[in-house]
Amino acid sequence: MMKRKHRRLSFVALGILVLAAAAALILTAFEDNIVFFHSPTEIVEKFAKHELRPEQRLRIGGLVEEGSVSKTADGATTRFKVTDLNKSVVVEFRGLLPDLFREGQGIVAEGHYNNAIFTAREVLAKHDETYMPPEVAEALKKSGQWKPAEKKK
Amino acid sequence: MNRLAYYIPLVLLGILAVYFAAGLGRDPKSLESVLIDQKVPEFSLPPIAGSSKGLSNTDLKNQVVLVNVFGSWCVACRVEHPFLMDLKEKNIVPVYGIDWREPDRKAGPRWLKKYGDPYTLIGDDPISKGAIAFGVTGAPETFFVDKNGLIRYKHMGPITAQNWSRTLKPILERLRKE
Amino acid sequence: MIVEIGHFALILSLFVAALQGTLPMVGAHRQNQSLMAIAAPAALIQFALIVGAFAALTYAFVTSDFSVMNVASNSHTAKPMLYKISGVWGNHEGSMLLWALILAAYGAAIAAFGNNLRPSLKVRVLGVQSLIATGVLAFILLTSNPFLRLDPAPVNGNGLNPLLQDPGLAFHPPLLYLGYVGLSITFSFAVAALIEGRVDAAWARWVRPWTLAAWCFLTAGIVLGSWWAYYELGWGGWWFWDPVENASFMPWLAATALLHSAIVSEKRDSLKSWTIFLAIIAFGLSLLGTFLVRSGVITSVHAFASDPTRGVFILLLLVITIGGAFALFAWRGPQLKGSGLFQPVSREGGLLLNNFLLTVAAASVLLGTLYPLFIDVLELGKVSVGAPYFESVFVPMMIPMIMVMGIAPFLKWKRGDFSSASAKLKFAALATIIGGLLTWALIDRASAFAAFGIALAIWLFAATLTELAGRIKLFQVPLADSLSRLFRQPRASWGMTLAHGGLAIAIAGITASSAWKVESIQVMKFGDQVNVAGYTYTLKSVNEFQGPNYKGTRGTFIVTKGDDFKLTLEPEKRVYTVRAMPTTEAAIHPTFLGDLYAVVGDKDEKSGGYITRLYFNPLVPWMWVGAMIMVLGAAVSLSDRRHRVGAPMKSKLVSGGAPAE
Repeated sequence: MMKRKHRRLSFVALGILVLAAAAALILTAFEDNIVFFHSPTEIVEKFAKHELRPEQRLRIGGLVEEGSVSKTADGATTRFKVTDLNKSVVVEFRGLLPDLFREGQGIVAEGHYNNAIFTAREVLAKHDETYMPPEVAEALKKSGQWKPAEKKK
Repeated sequence: MNRLAYYIPLVLLGILAVYFAAGLGRDPKSLESVLIDQKVPEFSLPPIAGSSKGLSNTDLKNQVVLVNVFGSWCVACRVEHPFLMDLKEKNIVPVYGIDWREPDRKAGPRWLKKYGDPYTLIGDDPISKGAIAFGVTGAPETFFVDKNGLIRYKHMGPITAQNWSRTLKPILERLRKE
Repeated sequence: MIVEIGHFALILSLFVAALQGTLPMVGAHRQNQSLMAIAAPAALIQFALIVGAFAALTYAFVTSDFSVMNVASNSHTAKPMLYKISGVWGNHEGSMLLWALILAAYGAAIAAFGNNLRPSLKVRVLGVQSLIATGVLAFILLTSNPFLRLDPAPVNGNGLNPLLQDPGLAFHPPLLYLGYVGLSITFSFAVAALIEGRVDAAWARWVRPWTLAAWCFLTAGIVLGSWWAYYELGWGGWWFWDPVENASFMPWLAATALLHSAIVSEKRDSLKSWTIFLAIIAFGLSLLGTFLVRSGVITSVHAFASDPTRGVFILLLLVITIGGAFALFAWRGPQLKGSGLFQPVSREGGLLLNNFLLTVAAASVLLGTLYPLFIDVLELGKVSVGAPYFESVFVPMMIPMIMVMGIAPFLKWKRGDFSSASAKLKFAALATIIGGLLTWALIDRASAFAAFGIALAIWLFAATLTELAGRIKLFQVPLADSLSRLFRQPRASWGMTLAHGGLAIAIAGITASSAWKVESIQVMKFGDQVNVAGYTYTLKSVNEFQGPNYKGTRGTFIVTKGDDFKLTLEPEKRVYTVRAMPTTEAAIHPTFLGDLYAVVGDKDEKSGGYITRLYFNPLVPWMWVGAMIMVLGAAVSLSDRRHRVGAPMKSKLVSGGAPAE
């Protein structure tokens, strides 16, 4: 009887050990790897107030400003402005843009913001052209351009 | 204690379900419902190429009208297009168009020439100004604007004969009677 | 007319499913033979009706009947026949119909081949299966009816999303669904067992082949999807930890765990409630995947049409199905005591540890996938959880698992001996250490991590081979004897050898392709040369051409290495005419050591050159080959007589040295 209890205890201990290790892993990974989403206005304002730091990885979303897309000297880097129709942020991305990237299209970019330039590691546009990414919708709403109209009642 | 452990999965599922239900409620597509029963926000869009008058909020007055967001790139707009033509031919309700996010100035007019133009007036909206005024998340979307210039209903996705007769036509009639 | 018949058949199938899900269950409870007798024929009728509905929809697609809204929105006359057919499931409504079809097919298979099942168990399995079908069919008819007509009919349709016009993706959903939905059978078995309050070896013997079949399809489906992303998205990556990908990966992890715990339940009469639990969560995660993909609660780069009302329906389905099963589990689970006790160091112990690691890994993937939703609901902002999270959590959990995978087959059932196992593994350990050190010293001194990954792959491969060698008594008996033993190995043990060996090869591919990938992005004019990983790429020309339903731009690269290696790579960019939507077609040339991978982009107006992206992706082919070997292993094991449904089953007690299969 004693032996059986002993065996059970060792299983439980091992299980708890694995769980604890997993929890520690997950928590540290969350701490390091969660990327917060910001609208162009928030990025500009939060950097002005030093609430965000250049080494932080960020996501930015908005519409690609009309007429803002250009290539830099090396030809492979694209520079464009992402706007929430209130403020806009210059984004630089080296590489091939998603197939659905166009001016006026809602996009989400991930990268770092430093010296007034957002250097994107990744630019996402949706696979489906009729779709507005929810983050972009959120950014537009926040910038007040969505006109979320004061409650009447 | 051992028996209780068997309830853990049930409890976890319950917690997950609550979050999912809340997440569904927070679907970004429901953001625009705040515009319902509000005045059409101010906007003014230029005409599309080859046409002389654009579209602004002041055009939407004194009668019940539909505002339809479309684009030549939009798949589902093609599905509802014959129905909009039908609305025009039978003189059922005036439809105003917002030509949204065309890849170039000519694409919209070309599309309308090919399939027919069901719209009373059309505003060109390459950078989503009008679409944002209405809180559009995708195309096609159709708004019902009443006599006082208030947005009263929003329909997402293509209008079909079925959803027209079941839902949209009764709304139109109700708004007309007010 | 045919469309209306299909619609009618689908409505009928809902009624049949509802009957099959209730009456026989009542019958089984009251021991009423005539009510129980309904189950099997009803399952066959239900299947026939859904086949009819599916055939009618396929007919509408093949004949381009644009008065059907689903066809009009997803097909076009100028589309190759293959994509007219794959268009049937290339959209939400059709794919749900496929889901229901496969669900009914599995039910029909049980009805037709399950004659040697205990009658009450068979009836209950069919009943539970049919209750799921009732929910899914109601979902289709109420929220996603593929048979709705469009009046007036448009002249032509809108075409299938060009990204889906690809042979790889045409067969990805059917395979994935065969896997997802295949887990419904093990779920039905689990719930039926809970209702009966009885889990015995016969039960586990039935569950094993079904899990294996579902696992086989699911693995193939995931690999096909990953392969598609690899060559179609043109980013050179093959796994993005995207919510949609995770949605298929979580059930896979749970099914892998289930596969192994079912072995313990069958052979050792142990881990019973754990096996039941895994069967429930494996299918639960499949349903959850469907929910995530179809409801739009989570943003993903794979944007499928999503709709909150559908989301509410699937959520209800999920809560009722899985909640019901968990409630039964809480009620009946504690009674499922096994007789087989075992020590922590034993084969059961090893399998249990790995089961636990797989489950925790699945939970961590689930947490990462859902975390943005939690944060959003709690109004703490919008966040995204990307690949770095998943890599830093998932990989460390897999490391101990792979180590144990090498050892566990050498441990005896019930009470293993660690020192004798490690004595047998000394060669494998030696090979691992030498291989890892050589990788570090010769290939890449910068990354100890990559060397460690390769070492793990060697460890698993060597241990798997050692286990096989031990089984055929290589070098202990004359070689001819060993060979004849090799051919007499049961197929189920071949299955394990192949699956574990395949995984080892895939791990080597995964490690190498993530650690030593070479990427080069630049603007190239005609005649320009770029060197990537020792290969010289020369851009020869870029030409426009007309495809069947798209306009294409094709770049031509001449790739050379030394004097005797020369080949042409022709990546394309296509614009599909109907939707004016561009796609990328990467050009890939696999070699033993890696893939040469080229993508051509837009023209740079200033310089007149083209943006090109060139990669060398080391050992990527190993990954595909390894994964295919794993699928093959499952298929071989499935063909084992002992797994064959209907074959006479000897209940034999396995002695200590038997393989884990």
